[in-house]
Amino acid sequence: MASSLVYFARWKVVLILAVCAAGAAFAAPNLLSAPEAQSLPSWLPNKQINLGLDLRGGSHLLLEVETDAVIRERLDTLVESMRTELRKARIHYRGLGVEGNAAVVTIKDSARAEEAKDLLRTLDPDTLAELGDGGKLTLTLTEKAIQERISSAVDQSIEIIRRRIDETGVREPTIQRQGTDRILVQLPGIDDPERIKRLIGKTAKMTFHLVDNNGSISEAMAGRVPPGAMLLPSIDETDSQGRPRMYLVEKRVMVSGENLVDAEPTFQQGEPVVSFRFDTVGGKRFGKATSNNVGRLMAIVLDGKVISAPRIREPILGGSGVITGRFTVAAAQDLALLLRAGALPAPLTILEERTVGPGLGADSIAAGKIASVVGLVLVVAFMVLAYGLFGVMADLALVANMVLIAGALSVLQATLTLPGIAGIVLTIGMAVDANVLIFEYIREEVRAGRTPISAIEAGFSRALTTIIDANVTTLIAAVLLYSFGSGPVRGFAVTLAIGIVTSVFTATMLTRLMVVSWLRRTRPQTLAV
Amino acid sequence: MRHLKLIPSDTRIPFVERRTIFFVFSALLVAASVALFAVKGLNYGIDFKGGILFDIRTQGPADLAHLRRSLTSLDLGEVSLQTFGAPNDVLIRLQQQEGGEEAQQAAVAKVKEVLGPGVDYRRTEFVGPKVSDELFWDGIYAVGAAILAILVYIWFRFEWQFGLAAVIALVHDVLSTIGIFSLLGLEFNLTTVAAVLTIAGYSINDTVVVFDRVRENLRKYKKMPLSELFNLSINQTLSRTTLTSFTTLLALIALYVLGGEVIRGFSFAMIWGVIVGTYSSICVAVPLLLYLHVRRAGGAPGAAEKRAAEEVR
Repeated sequence: MASSLVYFARWKVVLILAVCAAGAAFAAPNLLSAPEAQSLPSWLPNKQINLGLDLRGGSHLLLEVETDAVIRERLDTLVESMRTELRKARIHYRGLGVEGNAAVVTIKDSARAEEAKDLLRTLDPDTLAELGDGGKLTLTLTEKAIQERISSAVDQSIEIIRRRIDETGVREPTIQRQGTDRILVQLPGIDDPERIKRLIGKTAKMTFHLVDNNGSISEAMAGRVPPGAMLLPSIDETDSQGRPRMYLVEKRVMVSGENLVDAEPTFQQGEPVVSFRFDTVGGKRFGKATSNNVGRLMAIVLDGKVISAPRIREPILGGSGVITGRFTVAAAQDLALLLRAGALPAPLTILEERTVGPGLGADSIAAGKIASVVGLVLVVAFMVLAYGLFGVMADLALVANMVLIAGALSVLQATLTLPGIAGIVLTIGMAVDANVLIFEYIREEVRAGRTPISAIEAGFSRALTTIIDANVTTLIAAVLLYSFGSGPVRGFAVTLAIGIVTSVFTATMLTRLMVVSWLRRTRPQTLAV
Repeated sequence: MRHLKLIPSDTRIPFVERRTIFFVFSALLVAASVALFAVKGLNYGIDFKGGILFDIRTQGPADLAHLRRSLTSLDLGEVSLQTFGAPNDVLIRLQQQEGGEEAQQAAVAKVKEVLGPGVDYRRTEFVGPKVSDELFWDGIYAVGAAILAILVYIWFRFEWQFGLAAVIALVHDVLSTIGIFSLLGLEFNLTTVAAVLTIAGYSINDTVVVFDRVRENLRKYKKMPLSELFNLSINQTLSRTTLTSFTTLLALIALYVLGGEVIRGFSFAMIWGVIVGTYSSICVAVPLLLYLHVRRAGGAPGAAEKRAAEEVR
């Protein structure tokens, strides 16, 4: 008769109470304000529940790195070096260009095709050279090289985004990779992410070019762009018809923004400008280029648009200078920030944005709190009505359950979202299920004429498998929710899963402990279940 | 002390005998849901359809006509405006813009410009075409995978007949939830999918409790006709089933009424799911077992049940 179900070993009692005490200890910091919790000594539990952006307010941005551009850029470089090599070797060719993930060229003299292949295959070690019919030579980027290039471009982008966001003073941003080519940015407390979006949306590749003074703009605009030059629009100037003013600039880059070490917004003759400083290499190159071209116009190009094209009045040898333009103060600040943080390896696209203002977040927390408390009170009252003393025990277990959920959320630092609060409210309703199952079995056994002790023992034992089966199925749903869901839905899956585990524990362990202690103390002759 | 009982202890409600009525009702329910879904479709939220959503609070009551005029003048396609909760809370929805991800961003900026200062943006959401497509399929996979995993688990723990009956009841619940969303034109979004998955878990939970009793009774009453045995099992668990559904509904109704606008669709789906899930466990899943040739031996129970069964004796 001395079964494990109605008698607890001492160590089991200690363990059950210890789990509950630990839950309470880990949940306790949530009763304090955030600074108070942080000032707790480190040996005490001091972590609070991590609120999701939908509750604390903030902005969630999902970005995608335009990986095509990264690959395209690499292939374009390859094409340029192929052109140079073929010219050097005086091999005639046609149809040089990019096709998919490959650079292609057709060698006119098929007798020299093999020679060309040997010459070009070494240009980029990550390509496979293939000679097809009619002297068509294909240099295909290997899948591995593409993946590596994309991966490093995403890593680099994350770093640059972090620098840009840090410069704006946003606190505790989360910037992480998602999948192969995506970046998740979470900005707590930001309810108007327009400036951040603007900052992230710019590649910020800056280059200095000489303005071409041989060709004519009108010729170029008619489609006859002189070789070695390109036609670029102004970033903000327009012509008489309201179209952007065009500049004809040399393709060759004098100095690029990669060599910048610092940039600051400042004022020159009362106008906002951006002052910059080059590293040693950049400074030398800039000094040389300006010395050789005094009197000419120098275009400052950002992401393919001309910011301004001032005249070089004298050699700039100190390695620093200013960018003039028609800036507002804010625009000068943003440009300086972008130049300091560096250029993105590829453009970014915003795939998804979810921003919650602090007002709505606070309202959601308040509504969630009220709903939880009212739900809890209703269920607690109902359980007492339905089961009397046993109901009170189930209610105590339910309260312990809530404390354990709060403790688990704090320890795991799982994020609590609004659907997560819904998960808790749902758990309040469902958590008593295990106890209801047990009590119903006990009722049945009492009706069948069993003594209180054996009825209780049978009740717990028969209910156990049902409880496990029923909860494992819900747990399956929660796990799938977590793996397929994103953001707020994941928060729901987490609280649901934690709630399932804690409610099985409190029903089968804590309630049983209470029932058994009561049984041993009072030794009732009949059970009023 | 007399305790409150939702259901008297010794009910003998002939659920299994009346199964034809339930089957016809359920078949109609599912057929109507599928038809509604096919004809009327679902009111997809921006999670699945893509598009832009603003939840704004104006100073003083919102002038919807004025807002509509200024937003329509932007030429951004379909614009829907709706107040909810307070008269100064407005929900603005824009359809997905032509021209990829950048076009969406441009539209967000335009709307903010037109609405001007003095508007509190409580929520701004924009979901591009790429993500909305993925979210949609992820949702379908999640629900499909959940149903499959539950089928396998029940099959493993009971027998395939039980697994099949449980999954039919489960699909019934999921489809009728989709049907009610279509009928009422409620927004179907990511949290609705979460609700549907939870309904799946809850409905199965209910079914498993009754099935467990069926299995126990199959071992206990070797001679009882199956239909009688099934009916007994339902009645024995009826008190528990209704009690648990009742407490769950109590909590969910609190959430529906007090939990705020953002979570209302979710709570509605859950309330519906609890009701329909309870019904289907009792009136669909168990009577279905009659047609699936459940074997008397009770399958091959795991070691745990054997022990539990022996302890009872």
